[in-house]
Amino acid sequence: MSEPVVFTYPIDGNNFTSAGGASVAVKQNLRALGFPDDVVRRVSIAMYEGEINMVIHAHGGTATVTVGEDEITIVLADRGPGIADVERAMQEGYYTAPDNIRALGFGAGMGLPNMRRYTDEMRIDSVVGTGTTVTMKVRIPEEGA
Amino acid sequence: MKSARQRPSRPANPPDPAAAYRHSVAIDGEKCRGCTHCLAHCPTQAIRVRGGKARINPALCIDCGECIRRCPHQAKKAVFDKLSDLPKEKIHRIALPAPSLYGQFDRLSDVDYVLQGLLELGFDGVYEVAKAAEIVTAYTRRYLARTDIPRPVISSACPTVSRLISLRFPSLCRCIIPILPPIELASRAARIEAAKAHPDWDPASIATVFISPCPAKASYVKNALYGEKSDVDAVLSMSEVYFALLNVIHPGTTPTIQSQTGMIGMGWASTGGESSALLNDRYLAADGIENVIHVLDQMETGDFRTLEFVELNACPAGCVGGAATVENPYLARVRLQALRRYLPVARQYLPRGGAVPKKVRFAKPIEPKPILLAASRLEAMKKMQAIEKILPTLPGLDCGSCGAPTCRAFAQDLVEGTVQMDDCIVRLRESVAAQKSAEITESAPKESQ
Ligand SMILES: Nc1ncnc2c1ncn2[C@@H]1O[C@H](COP(=O)(O)OP(=O)(O)OP(=O)(O)O)[C@@H](O)[C@H]1O
Ligand code: SF4
Ligand SMILES: [Mg+2]
Repeated sequence: MSEPVVFTYPIDGNNFTSAGGASVAVKQNLRALGFPDDVVRRVSIAMYEGEINMVIHAHGGTATVTVGEDEITIVLADRGPGIADVERAMQEGYYTAPDNIRALGFGAGMGLPNMRRYTDEMRIDSVVGTGTTVTMKVRIPEEGA
Repeated sequence: MKSARQRPSRPANPPDPAAAYRHSVAIDGEKCRGCTHCLAHCPTQAIRVRGGKARINPALCIDCGECIRRCPHQAKKAVFDKLSDLPKEKIHRIALPAPSLYGQFDRLSDVDYVLQGLLELGFDGVYEVAKAAEIVTAYTRRYLARTDIPRPVISSACPTVSRLISLRFPSLCRCIIPILPPIELASRAARIEAAKAHPDWDPASIATVFISPCPAKASYVKNALYGEKSDVDAVLSMSEVYFALLNVIHPGTTPTIQSQTGMIGMGWASTGGESSALLNDRYLAADGIENVIHVLDQMETGDFRTLEFVELNACPAGCVGGAATVENPYLARVRLQALRRYLPVARQYLPRGGAVPKKVRFAKPIEPKPILLAASRLEAMKKMQAIEKILPTLPGLDCGSCGAPTCRAFAQDLVEGTVQMDDCIVRLRESVAAQKSAEITESAPKESQ
């Protein structure tokens, strides 16, 4: 049993063009570690969605990815406006993104539902006016399973 | 970015990406001055400067030629074949010019002059790769009509891109169209055509010689990238052939040979040509290695699901921008447009519908060969752990003066044991400075306290 590897990335809320960069870095690291494609894919999609949300809706924050032997935990923490009705935000098609962002193809209200779909566990802790922390876990299937 | 289909997980590949890949980009040790210009531009971080000379890690090199373009001392070279290297019995040589060759010449009114020039240079025949490209286009349309294929389909024409995908985007290997690239079909067809035209030739005496815009195609021929040995016998540098052709092209004369390509075949020389020929507007065409990597990253995250076809070329503007071309890629593209202008849309046809025959398909699918940190995940985790520990102690400048492209790459090299901490000159200088100031404070009289 080895200690988990922890990657931390500051997510810059003022730089929309670099949004998504942390998920790409995580993808490369997971691949170098030899994780199966499916795990790499699920983590990078879920993290990408969360990372973009932090930039669009919450002026950035911090992403921490903890890679253990049997699970990968992604924690996305921001000090943005918070989500008033988490249950509603989780519904497909619910969005509050402004039009200029939607014109880029974001803001379909599919981010949070996708994050849930691609992870084994997901939890949102949000306080309006204080910020949001999204915690997601992807379990690693047994080798050969 | 949106929902990508889920697939069963595949076990990681055995870690042998080096597997004796034979490259066509090499360093000239005499000329290399260890200046680190190439480091930051290598898209796979394959280069290190050690002992004052650059070195390329063959396991990571994708033969893109980026370092050849960047080196201010011409110390990176593309390695091609020479006609004199061909086995003695191969006395009948058929030239396979890439369509980008036609864009190299100023004031060329007709492609036929170039083909005639090749005959003047001593080739016994010419088979245009552009002609084979039209056949690939026709098969690609058939392939895209299938409903059971992974989409979007990625072109297999640029070997740099195919190798990049297998190393860095292994999950996308399945999207690469399993149809052989034009160079390969051209070689096979040329051989058959020559044997028919010259029944007196011994088939073993025929050699096909590709005139290449890039070192990547030379590597393609050496490495059985698509599962079996290439049919091409030799690959020559386009720039060498270009200079030889300049002496033998005579615009006043009447060529005896006629080009057999249309607009579509010639279009393959620059980005967008291959995809626009599919007559399907759901495509993306990108070029330049940075852009290519960006697109592949997005594709892996599930973007572009509605696209049918993705054409990616490692070189700026496409093959006209290959590292062995002579002319500026954008000028070459304009010239090709002029040459294409009065050509029929295509000269090679296939009936619509129908299957893609086995003879034009890959012998084996492209294998995912991800670059692993270590053979076992446990070992890899330990290394990654060590890298992450070292990283915050480095200056974070990614300046390259240590001979590694980034601080992270340097940290990895440290963990691998190939460098020492003091090779980071910036850190060394900082610690010397800190030591000095510590000495000064210690030796200074402590009156102020
Ligand atoms: N980190 C966050 N801070 C504040 N609000 C958030 C955050 N993440 C999501 N939300 C809210 O939840 C809504 C739904 O998020 P979701 O990611 O599902 O859709 P979207 O971001 O609007 O569009 P899409 O992800 O499809 O581009 C958002 O419109 C936003 O109002
Ligand atoms: S884009 Fe064309 S010229 Fe450039 S590496 Fe790929 S095949 Fe060669
Ligand atoms: Mg979102």
